[in-house]
Amino acid sequence: MSLSSIQALVLRYLYLYTRTPIRAVELLFWPLVHLLVWGYLTMFLKDNTGDDFPYEITFLIGAVILWDILFRAQQGVAIFFLEDVWSRNLLNIFAAPVTNLDYLCSTYAVGMMRAAITSCMLAVLSMIIYQFNIFVLNWTLIPFVFNLLVFGWALGMISTALIVRWGPAAETLAWAVPFFIQPFAAVYYPVDALPEMLQWVAKSLPCSYIFEGMRDGLKTGEVDPSDLLWATGLNVVYLAVAGVLFSRVMNKAREKGLLTKFASQ
Amino acid sequence: MGEPVLQVTDLTKRFGKVTSVDGISFELPKGEILGLLGANGAGKTTAINMVLGIISPTAGRVEVFGKELSSARIPILRRMNFCSTYTQLPGNLRVWQNLKVFGKLYRVKNLIQRIDEVLEMLEISHLRNRVTGELSAGESTRLNLCKALMNRPELLLLDEPTASLDPDIADKVRKVVSRIREEENTTILYTSHNMRDVEEVCDRVIFMHKGKILFGGTTEEMLQHFEEESLEDVFIRVARGGDIENPRDLTPPAEADREEGV
Repeated sequence: MSLSSIQALVLRYLYLYTRTPIRAVELLFWPLVHLLVWGYLTMFLKDNTGDDFPYEITFLIGAVILWDILFRAQQGVAIFFLEDVWSRNLLNIFAAPVTNLDYLCSTYAVGMMRAAITSCMLAVLSMIIYQFNIFVLNWTLIPFVFNLLVFGWALGMISTALIVRWGPAAETLAWAVPFFIQPFAAVYYPVDALPEMLQWVAKSLPCSYIFEGMRDGLKTGEVDPSDLLWATGLNVVYLAVAGVLFSRVMNKAREKGLLTKFASQ
Repeated sequence: MGEPVLQVTDLTKRFGKVTSVDGISFELPKGEILGLLGANGAGKTTAINMVLGIISPTAGRVEVFGKELSSARIPILRRMNFCSTYTQLPGNLRVWQNLKVFGKLYRVKNLIQRIDEVLEMLEISHLRNRVTGELSAGESTRLNLCKALMNRPELLLLDEPTASLDPDIADKVRKVVSRIREEENTTILYTSHNMRDVEEVCDRVIFMHKGKILFGGTTEEMLQHFEEESLEDVFIRVARGGDIENPRDLTPPAEADREEGV
């Protein structure tokens, strides 16, 4: 692994954002829309249910913030690759002394930065607008955020692998993959709310344990450590599988000349 | 003569049933400029991409600086670079930003100074702060060349570097290529459709057709071999010459007559 290569790739990404501030809209606008929609829905329900208002509903705002961490981390990896495709720079990068690991680490760093920017903005705004404080989760926020980042990276690698395998026509997968799992990820409702068969799907996703943990944490002030253990264990598996898939697809891409096809699109 | 900088042995690439490169072998000694010629689809770019490790060969070996590419790709790539008409640098970045990023990727020392040097060499210092996407095709190609020269490569792969340039800029590029060979003894593999490039810049040429090497030698030897007046005539004749499986199509007429006892 080469730190200077990672630094160079991250620098390129930072230049891209500072050169075209309009790109920040994507980082700030959509998360803000989600926060406003879910936040005002929560407020509406609260105002219209009086004392019967189930406090769990306020967790929707927490869910918006945590989901965005996962989504931005995934986007960091997948969009990073697409930026090179769109600018016809892919061959320059892959003909440079950059290993797969250097490339992936730089995408992780970018994903982390994107998630940090968005989640900080959402946390502050939710406090100001809805008096919702995600930081009541205290130290548990750290493993929550880390696990969501790792799962986002894994999904990003899977998205990129699929795009490489199926070509530029599949680039919408960069946005779609996280939403394939969202219905089963227990983001806005508990795992119990799903039909029994789908609960098994939910239990196979690391993020469902994080969202369950968040709800417990906000409700009782305590998080079941087994939730964190399950999330971490599953993340190790997902990251390993995604890494192997990415590596195999890149080898296949070299075998089939897929990278050059991206360059000539 | 020392060890060749680049040695290609029986290199083959098949995509399904299509054989893009068919068992080519050649070597490139230090400081030589070798032209890789051929019509579209002859297999030149695929061959270059295999030398870069972007496409993995179906069979055969690529050795660069005495090491096999498949096992020492990263250290090899640090000592080489490439410029292709099929690639661009990110259009949103300024010229100096792109060169800084690639300078860092190739671990270039005294980076800022080197950026100024390569921009001056290609006569585009005045574009230093321009946005890459706003450059003309010719300026963009020269910027790509700047990127390719950033790390003072010992082996430089140039894939049709003058393809989109007007005659004046193309001439400047040819002179830069000749100059870096003279000053830094850079070894260069050069593909082009521009016969002027080949005559002016290359020490030796390899003519590819349908993935195979038809001919290898100096330009004079090639003209003699094909009994043509110019490289352009050779090119047209080979491109229209039909089937490599039937070498007679590509054999100079006089030679074919001799073979048939006419």
